[in-house]
Amino acid sequence: MSPYEQYIALLTLMRKEIRRYTRIWSQTLLPSAITMSLYFLIFGGLIGSRIGEMGGVSYMEFVVPGLIMMAIVTNSYANVVASFFGAKFNNSIEELLVSPTPNQIILLGFVSGGVTRGMLVAVIVTLVASLFVDLNIHSYAVVITVVALTSALFSLCGLINGVFANTFDDINIVPAFVLTPLTYLGGVFYSLELLPEFWATVSQANPLVYVVNAFRFGVLGVSDVSLGFAFGMIGAFTVGAYWYAAYLLRTGTRLRT
Amino acid sequence: MSQALKIKGLQKIYANGFRALKGIDLEVREGDFFALLGPNGAGKSTTIGVICSLVNKTAGTVLVKGVDIDEDFPGAKRHLGVVPQEFNFNVFETVEDILIHQAGYYGIPMKTALERIDSCLLKLGLSEQRNTRARMLSGGMKRRLMIARALIHEPSVLILDEPTAGVDIEMRRSMYEFLREINEAGTTIILTTHYLEEAESLCRNIAIINNGEIVTNTSMKNLLRELHRETFILDTREPLPERIQVPGFEVSRVDDFCLEAQIEQGQDLAELMSRLHGSGVSIISMRNRENRLEQIFVSLLEQAS
Repeated sequence: MSPYEQYIALLTLMRKEIRRYTRIWSQTLLPSAITMSLYFLIFGGLIGSRIGEMGGVSYMEFVVPGLIMMAIVTNSYANVVASFFGAKFNNSIEELLVSPTPNQIILLGFVSGGVTRGMLVAVIVTLVASLFVDLNIHSYAVVITVVALTSALFSLCGLINGVFANTFDDINIVPAFVLTPLTYLGGVFYSLELLPEFWATVSQANPLVYVVNAFRFGVLGVSDVSLGFAFGMIGAFTVGAYWYAAYLLRTGTRLRT
Repeated sequence: MSQALKIKGLQKIYANGFRALKGIDLEVREGDFFALLGPNGAGKSTTIGVICSLVNKTAGTVLVKGVDIDEDFPGAKRHLGVVPQEFNFNVFETVEDILIHQAGYYGIPMKTALERIDSCLLKLGLSEQRNTRARMLSGGMKRRLMIARALIHEPSVLILDEPTAGVDIEMRRSMYEFLREINEAGTTIILTTHYLEEAESLCRNIAIINNGEIVTNTSMKNLLRELHRETFILDTREPLPERIQVPGFEVSRVDDFCLEAQIEQGQDLAELMSRLHGSGVSIISMRNRENRLEQIFVSLLEQAS
């Protein structure tokens, strides 16, 4: 395919993916706004007012970046895993596999759906958060970069899950038993400084630690880990996930017999 | 004439050790209307799967319009349109969206795609369903949608895997007509079907596959020539006698107004008529008892096994 034809194929996939989740916005975009409002109200407002400061800022301010990031992670992951597994389940993935569309374009097309949904949800949740706390963004460049990289990373993870999933149960197991615990243990609600040394060290293997802290730095200017190291880790996880997803598509794992 | 498809030594061994294809060779000429027949599990769909990249081959070469799928699969795929056996579109999308997406995957811009969709839907009688979600279509409409989708990038080779399964007779006939038209316009068609009369009436060349091996690969004319015996059903004007004998012919009484005659290759049908007339039996109608291709198909499979 010529570069122009590849561009058309990518545009087609992006359009399809974005239309898919915007058509069912009440299931894809609205729940995050409601859930996060409850988090802000309960953890930030009711409980947070009794906790006081954390990391040098009010508890409400402290949890907002983590909660926004939690919404981005779950939405970008859910978007791609549902879309890719859905295409596998109804065999419409064959439309793509029999076409000359290169695997890289297929990958980028699905990931772009997850990234745009992650970013859209980030905007929605930030608007909701602004009802509870005054947000003075410390660095827009860091915020935008972290959101883009994080949503790309978890979109790729969603695609990998979609490739291996055989049933609808399989696409719920990872979010329930892996993603949610990693998110909660990734420093959304607490500073890593509060953890005993052993658990603080174990937390270094959790990619959520880096995305939450890098984003918190972008919003508040405070972080438990250095920004450069956080970006390095997010970049490494993203490159690793991209390589593995591309390998799965190239070999046709669980897609071709 | 150059070849639309050339397969050499194609093998497929699945992970569980099952040998679905045991080194098949196949050639389909450009512009041909080709039938690939075989019983369930013979290897037809596996062969098609390899050609269109849904199945990874174990060994062998496949060339589509001279393009080796190992060297330039995207280039080979451009020439191919595939209508699979099972419905494989997103039923929640509209007919137009399904076609726009498929065109996009071949790098066709929206404007061109919309023009082609107009013409495709018109030819296949789906214009009124353009904005209907696929799940609302009847079985026949879904089949036609899959044909429209396979043709949206104007392929030179169209592969249809049992396209008329579950389609009523009227719809099937209109699909035959459409397929004949596009074949006459130059598209090579490769068809697998369980309806042998469909293959006999549409296809010029044929291959029969069984247990992953090609049993025969010849022209339809040559294959039918191998038929040594045909059975005719003859309806009579008057009631037949209890016992009927025609010297030189094997005939038997079916009921009071019907008899069955076996005609060997080289025997004269007019001679049978004349002898029956001489015995006072006048024939008012005559038909083949069974599909001719079916007889050969069954006999070849029996020989192979």
